[in-house]
Amino acid sequence: MMGFDWNWQLDGWIVAAGILCAVASSLLGCFLLLRRMSLLGDAISHAVLPGLAGAFLISGSRSSIWMFVGAVIVGVLTALLSDFIHNRGQVDEGASMGVVFTTLFASGLLMIVVAADRVDLDPGCVLYGAIEQTPLDKWDFPWLGIAVPRVVVVLSIVTLVNALFVGLFFKELKISTFDAALATASGFSASLIHYALMTLVAVTAVACFESVGNILVVAMLIVPPATAYLLTNRLRTMVILSCLIAAVSAWGGHVMAIVIPSWFGFRSTTTAGMMSVAAGCAFMLAFLFAPNQGLLPRLVRQQWLRWSILADDVLTLLYRIEESARIGVSHSASADGSTFAVTAMPLTQTVPWVAETLLTNRFAVKWAIRYLSWRGRVEPAKANEPGSESAESSEAASVLPKLTAVGRREAETIVRSHRLWEQYLVTKVDVAEERLHAKADRFEHFTDREMQEQLDEQTDSPSIDPHGRPIPNPDQD
Amino acid sequence: MDPIALSVDDLTVAYHRKPVIWDVEFEIPQGKLVGVVGPNGAGKSTLLKAIMDLIPKASGRVEVFGKPYHQSLHRVGYVPQRESVDWDFPVDALDVVTMGLYRRVGWCLPIRKKHRDAAREALARVGIADLAHRQISQLSGGQQQRTFLARALVQDADLYLMDEPLAAVDAATEAAIVELLKQMQADGKTAVVIHHDLQSVPEYFDHVVLLNMRVVASGRTEDVFTNENLQKTYGGRLTLLDEATEAMRRRERGI
Repeated sequence: MMGFDWNWQLDGWIVAAGILCAVASSLLGCFLLLRRMSLLGDAISHAVLPGLAGAFLISGSRSSIWMFVGAVIVGVLTALLSDFIHNRGQVDEGASMGVVFTTLFASGLLMIVVAADRVDLDPGCVLYGAIEQTPLDKWDFPWLGIAVPRVVVVLSIVTLVNALFVGLFFKELKISTFDAALATASGFSASLIHYALMTLVAVTAVACFESVGNILVVAMLIVPPATAYLLTNRLRTMVILSCLIAAVSAWGGHVMAIVIPSWFGFRSTTTAGMMSVAAGCAFMLAFLFAPNQGLLPRLVRQQWLRWSILADDVLTLLYRIEESARIGVSHSASADGSTFAVTAMPLTQTVPWVAETLLTNRFAVKWAIRYLSWRGRVEPAKANEPGSESAESSEAASVLPKLTAVGRREAETIVRSHRLWEQYLVTKVDVAEERLHAKADRFEHFTDREMQEQLDEQTDSPSIDPHGRPIPNPDQD
Repeated sequence: MDPIALSVDDLTVAYHRKPVIWDVEFEIPQGKLVGVVGPNGAGKSTLLKAIMDLIPKASGRVEVFGKPYHQSLHRVGYVPQRESVDWDFPVDALDVVTMGLYRRVGWCLPIRKKHRDAAREALARVGIADLAHRQISQLSGGQQQRTFLARALVQDADLYLMDEPLAAVDAATEAAIVELLKQMQADGKTAVVIHHDLQSVPEYFDHVVLLNMRVVASGRTEDVFTNENLQKTYGGRLTLLDEATEAMRRRERGI
């Protein structure tokens, strides 16, 4: 089904290592992101290198516990040192972090080059690790009856510790991240929690470093949490989602690493790198399609708003035409000649005239009319109605429709909002008369019933607007 | 004589060795509604933070209900400035209010139904019960401030320290908050409130601390909220004091 040989003994363990690393990192990454410290995670995961190399040079072994401890200490030191330089030296936070971790990382690389003469530790390994070699180094678990790769065991423990930390101290992490002052004042020392978090970031970085490389930790500390943050506005959901995204990226990354290069006739590429790319793709998807914050849904919502405003405008214009026919053109013309075309209503109104009045094109107006008639707000005017001048049949398509009862009621509500706003702006805000219409025209589309009632109350329930036109009230008809 | 809720003695706080508040000394009797007023940069927020040990003190002693601050921690509630937190944080209003109960819940233990109920009740008291599950960035400024106040309410403290709860809120919110403060006072609580609008001071507060680096005056509003004291508070900084500290700083830095 997958188009390649899936070997549980090999691929299964590789994916397991990737998923564990990804989940362990993104659990902590959520809080780094919300503390605006994503970069510190990056810094720590780079800076553990001299700790690893130093401990290695001293002990001469790759898997000693001292190596682990040494690297973790250097990692935590990174956080302490950059804090110190930032506070005492009055150096910018980002700059102080950059100074500390690049210096440490570079000195770590130098130490590895020195050590490389003697052993099999190479700088390339630092970046993208050796996740493909995961299944080769196994520990036997006789009571389980299977041999589990050492890396998977270590990463399982780290993931478990991180999950316990986030689970048990969820509340404390939340309060100290949101409001450090309140946390401290409530007896949860914010700096204690901060350094506990930094220690675990260092532990995670070290555990992942040798197996899956630096690039995957950095990516998984930042990318899945950032993706989840786009998708939700609940912290718990964000943590769970980011773990899921991390896990799926890890699995998908491995599959992509094997499949995609083969399309172009290459051999499979580095899995850790592809896992990071997969996470980046997940972020792009969320960036484009996230329901609330995604680029495309936002665009669609904007267009929809514009469209419904146009439909409202067409509806109210039809109402005004009706109205001026009922109460006479002279009345509205006397109120104010300059602001609105309705006041100088031509005898026959056509679609092109509506388009011109609403500053849009005929095509849009026709579609708006079609939409309104689909919703039952308007119906086609009868061709043989007296006074509609049906002689020119070629222009029949341009003849405006009539309002239905539902449509008239809806139009009255909007016109009521409009005129109440005009009244309010004149009496309460002192807006100049020539700018009244434009302001009210904007507000009318965002005025709900409650706001309308408040407007009515604050303008002493007027019956005519500042231009002398009646303010309709659909409830009283 | 009422017992003393908060006493501050010889409090000095320096930032980069430059004093922000200097030799601050005052006492607040229990059950008072206290306004802290002073010009921008007078050290009002610094004073509150120093009282709560959130920033290091250069010197000074703070006593809350006759005991050092860290022994009376549970009796102090804090309302920070609205701008001090990230309102895009992924929590809803109810979550923020519940944070006021974390101390009582204790380390590691989860929030239970009774805590959430208490938080809902507090939201109702500040008049935004219907917004409990709204993400906090979608609240208006006034609603955000009410959320903070609800959080202070559930803390059920005896002494409240509030940093500009009336800054940039709408008139309705201001009235609601003041009403709430009076209610809290009726319940025997003490509130120390940083305030920026001099006009409303006599109306809202029965006790005033006039601050400009040091305490110009402190006491009952009708006694100390006088034109003369206001002139001293707002009539420019103590330039000689500034110059002296600046000289100290230069010498110490070896410039």
